[in-house]
Amino acid sequence: MQPFTTHTGIVGSLDRANVDTDQIIPKQFLKRIERTGFGQFLFCDWRFQADGSPNPEFELNRPEAKGATILLARRNFGCGSSREHAPWALADYGFRVVIAPTFADIFFNNCLQNGMLPIRLSEDDVAELFRRAAAAAAAGSQYRLHVDLKACTVADDAGFSRSFTVDPFRRQCLLEGLDDIGLSLRHADRIAAWEAAHGLPAVAG
Amino acid sequence: MSAPRTLLDKIWDNHVVYTPPGELPLLYIDRHLVHDVTSPQAFEGLRLAGRKVRRPEATFATPDHNVPTTDRRLPIADPVSKQQIDTLRANCREFGIRLYDLGDADQGIVHVIGPELGITQPGMTIVCGDSHTATHGALGALAFGIGTSEVEHVLATQTLRQAKPKSLEVRVDGRLAPGVTAKDLVLYLIGRLSTEGGTGYVIEYTGPCIRGLGMEQRMTVCNMSIEAGARAGMIAPDAITFDYMRGREFAPKDFDKAVTAWEKLPTDAGAVYDRVEVFQGGDVVPQVTWGTNPAQVTGVDAVVPDPDAFGDPNDRSSAARALDYMGLARGTKIVDIPLDRVFIGSCTNSRIEDLRAAADVVKGYRVAANVHAMVVPGSGRVKRQAEEEGLDRVFREAGFEWREAGCSMCLGMNPDTLSPGQRCASTSNRNFEGRQGKGGRTHLVSPAMAAAAAVTGHFVDIRGWEYK
Repeated sequence: MQPFTTHTGIVGSLDRANVDTDQIIPKQFLKRIERTGFGQFLFCDWRFQADGSPNPEFELNRPEAKGATILLARRNFGCGSSREHAPWALADYGFRVVIAPTFADIFFNNCLQNGMLPIRLSEDDVAELFRRAAAAAAAGSQYRLHVDLKACTVADDAGFSRSFTVDPFRRQCLLEGLDDIGLSLRHADRIAAWEAAHGLPAVAG
Repeated sequence: MSAPRTLLDKIWDNHVVYTPPGELPLLYIDRHLVHDVTSPQAFEGLRLAGRKVRRPEATFATPDHNVPTTDRRLPIADPVSKQQIDTLRANCREFGIRLYDLGDADQGIVHVIGPELGITQPGMTIVCGDSHTATHGALGALAFGIGTSEVEHVLATQTLRQAKPKSLEVRVDGRLAPGVTAKDLVLYLIGRLSTEGGTGYVIEYTGPCIRGLGMEQRMTVCNMSIEAGARAGMIAPDAITFDYMRGREFAPKDFDKAVTAWEKLPTDAGAVYDRVEVFQGGDVVPQVTWGTNPAQVTGVDAVVPDPDAFGDPNDRSSAARALDYMGLARGTKIVDIPLDRVFIGSCTNSRIEDLRAAADVVKGYRVAANVHAMVVPGSGRVKRQAEEEGLDRVFREAGFEWREAGCSMCLGMNPDTLSPGQRCASTSNRNFEGRQGKGGRTHLVSPAMAAAAAVTGHFVDIRGWEYK
């Protein structure tokens, strides 16, 4: 897994709540058997018009979101299907961080498995970030944030700074880019002992 | 004496293998269900790392998401879909996993065949790379959806790294009125809990109304727990559960001994949940979703709401966006909404009781001229059973298409999709934008409500239906 330590990037604002994984990566693109190449399909139904050209109205197609690596959204981001294709698509598009007031559980876990950091901030803080990003866009510039996973902080250059929390084990895995299957297999003897002790129900047939 | 524990506490305690210092617990997984869409990358990961499947005999696979529901003797037309199904076959062969393949008499939606074959059992931990794994909790199991990386973790280790979720008791008192089903109940509950009300929790459904539901209805309720944000929903096992389990192919051989163990699972008197919500079964009327998430729901006797009436700004903008996408005007009576399509199927509502309920409504009627309606049984077994009972004839004679088992138009990965602008009454679980096809408009309802809508061409209150 790609380690995550610090990241500075442009914010892409997606001012919507309940963004579901069907929107992040529509089902017609789930037929691939690889983990890569999903970025081109990210938010496909919103991002492109019927003729395949970019939809100029879609938030991430606006000039201020060009090159964005930090996605800002409203609450319950990533709800719905368990498809890990959603974080694969976000990562492949270039996102390393998603900031929202709340996330759906499965999506949140899936991000952490892919070197992508989901950050929960309060609804008010997220609203403030939307305001700052909009002000930057109105001034013809892009809004940047600095994310530091070691210090667990997110900050801009104009005085906004907040700390966030992340599970200590998941944080360590991200910082070091650890393969958690490898970590778990270190305990293979304990798993075997558990199986022996619990007299696993025999599987018929 | 040990402290009173909840059903979740007991299953959790029974399955924690070890908590390494400073790490998340390793939770043992009893059964792993695998399907076509979320597994190829997991198997590829195993291959790249030179790892094996730890317990292939506890792993069961079936293709469901991406399979055609038309004539199974024909080859799969879409080469990319075919490649994904072929990949599942090759992976199951290579890693020694039992596969209920296309053409197998027991192939079907993974959440239908798990309980049906007795793979799902009370007290177990069950995972699958699919968010509707919550379904299996109806039998008193802890069952939840996982991502593909976690699928790989379970394949390799038979465990999962998990923090213990919080417990939410959703108690439903009273009973459902005639014509009101488990689907209406769970849509009603989601409407009140919100799409994220259950995030971070496992829901245990309790109370007389829940106890009064049959096994398949309980599956419908647990299935949609994820639409309220809860990864798992569960119902304590009881006589209904044990009766359902008895005689199933993978049920324990020493059944009475198993029942004795299962009887210890229900939440102890005095056990404390992290949160409790109480509802009245008698308050529930037949439900219809009007928006683009399952919490945007109302009674069939109501009207499409006014977005400006929502207090929360997120809810307001979501509702306005939803009405725009759905092509609905505020104040429209739900029963005045006309339909183009009807879909009866999905892991929520494709079991035999669902099909019986729909067939009862349809019997003696014809599908409205402007409506295209289809029934997709949840499994090969459900399909055979329905055909033995003559339900297929009822549907066909009324003008429904009668299909082969699969996820079908619940998510429209296969050719069963809505065209842009088409409006569908669907017994599935998600009404997200584009879920059933780009630009398609989905209204979630019960099987009986979907069947009645197919006949009349618009929603009707099933409580006033004239059964023939």
